[in-house]
Amino acid sequence: MAEARIDVQVEHKHAPPPTDKKHPNTCPKCGSHYRDDELERALWVCGHCGHHFPMRARSRIDWYADEGSFVEELQDIRSDDPLDFFDLRPYTERLSEAELNTGLGEAIVVGQATLDGHAIELAVMDFSFMGGSMGSAVGEKFSRACDAAVERGTPLVSVTSSGGARMQEGILSLMQLPKTVCAVEDLHDAGVPMLTVMAHPTTAGVLASFASLGDVTVAEPGALIAFTGPRVVQQTTREKLPDDFGLAEQNLRFGHLDAIVPRPDQRSYLSRLLRLFAGRRT
Amino acid sequence: VSEQEQEVNLRQRLSGLSRLPLLRGARVDGEAERLERQLERLKAEATDEEIWRSVELARHPDRPYTLDYVERILDDWVELHGDRSRADDGALVTGLGMLDGRTVALIGHQKGRDVKERLDRQFGMAYPEGYLKAMRLMEIAARFGFPVISLIDTPGAYPGVAAEQHGQGGAIARSQAAMSRLQVPTVACIIGEGGSGGAVAIAVADTVLMQENAIYSVITPEGCAAILWRDAGEAKRAAAAFKPDAAHCLELGVIDGVVPEPEGGAQLDHDAAAVLLKAVLMEALAELEDTPGEELRRRRRAKFRGMGVFA
Repeated sequence: MAEARIDVQVEHKHAPPPTDKKHPNTCPKCGSHYRDDELERALWVCGHCGHHFPMRARSRIDWYADEGSFVEELQDIRSDDPLDFFDLRPYTERLSEAELNTGLGEAIVVGQATLDGHAIELAVMDFSFMGGSMGSAVGEKFSRACDAAVERGTPLVSVTSSGGARMQEGILSLMQLPKTVCAVEDLHDAGVPMLTVMAHPTTAGVLASFASLGDVTVAEPGALIAFTGPRVVQQTTREKLPDDFGLAEQNLRFGHLDAIVPRPDQRSYLSRLLRLFAGRRT
Repeated sequence: VSEQEQEVNLRQRLSGLSRLPLLRGARVDGEAERLERQLERLKAEATDEEIWRSVELARHPDRPYTLDYVERILDDWVELHGDRSRADDGALVTGLGMLDGRTVALIGHQKGRDVKERLDRQFGMAYPEGYLKAMRLMEIAARFGFPVISLIDTPGAYPGVAAEQHGQGGAIARSQAAMSRLQVPTVACIIGEGGSGGAVAIAVADTVLMQENAIYSVITPEGCAAILWRDAGEAKRAAAAFKPDAAHCLELGVIDGVVPEPEGGAQLDHDAAAVLLKAVLMEALAELEDTPGEELRRRRRAKFRGMGVFA
């Protein structure tokens, strides 16, 4: 006998679309679940499978910098809204929301610190502030961090995590590419080293500018490092994507990175490089 | 900035432009008038339709492309092929030619006119190999003191698997860096679509110009609409929101001047468009000619480092 069928379509019409979004503290690779403090202690790396969770800028700075050594700079530089940009919501509203949710003024935190006693300038991006997107404020803060590094003669350690340029600032966000490139070139000319750690994801405008110009460039395992992300490549070209398309591992194989450095090893790796770059005979 | 201040600002820029010798000739009145009209349009808050019209003209299939200008502007053109590493990218052409009796190095995106050529040239979307080729030309220019002219006309850098594997992001970054190091005069002009990283990769110049109906943007209107409106069909609204037209780019300090086109657009008269472009390129180069290379580089970097609006 045929089962009586009830048409549930109507009820489901307004149900939220099915989502595979898990709790942010659940490992997307192996499903292990952690408390915040467990992850913070483990540098936001899954103890079971080694997956790297996103790490907030302040957590990373607290860990990279010798205790109490970090002095934040340029906190007052904030985004403006030169285009009166309004998509589904006003840009200014998105900015205030990002500030409320992250406790940050912008998607990058810069300042001076020491790492194992080496004086450095730090520029660390935070993906949770509007996808780490680069607008005029991010470009200005990064460029001034380059200047600070030049003035004090201290290496620049830059950590990137960004979806690219901030569309809400239109052409001015694109201009942050040449702007930060010029700042890095000034840094290169002054003979000041720049070490870059690419975290997930480092894409589009940030990859196509300062992120790619470090003297040494390393990435975190599994980080997406691509000018154009897999979804857009797939949609535009209908090409079949390799399994590791755009990942750090593929970038290393093709010669775009110096190394993949798991988070727990980064501090000692940076420390060794800082020692090497300081070892010039004068 | 209030609307009034904006207007004053733009007026100052326009008056700066009209001081250029280029705008002194017989054409000046007409061009200045046209710019005035652009100002009026800006004041009246250009409608979505008007901004969309510049998007359509910038992408017009009959619009002159780089090689159409090359044959009308340069003598003794020799195209130089290949990046000396992997390939010759047809989406970006490079070569040497004479502009009014002096040798210049020219770099430009190239779109195709028919289906086959369009495919061969990837619709003007360069691979990293294209930017490597551009850097090779910059090296030659630096070595021999040739000024660099770049003509920009691309929807964006090629978004494919091989392009990523060959290092698209890094190539765009390094091409900008190479331009920022040059100690020769550099002039860039957006002659159609100035699409995102693929465009700015060869646009870090002392003087950056836009043709009247060109567009310069961080993302295509369709791409922006797909992300922010979640509907590529909202491209018109997206374009209106991020204002990729020449007048707005001038107002935001992103470009240094607007190159007039024949009435109705460059697609209607390639010869006339080339005459106007040539005149502006020559004037722009003449303005840079006497400045020492080191000073050019310092000013160029300072200009780009000053871009952006923040609180």
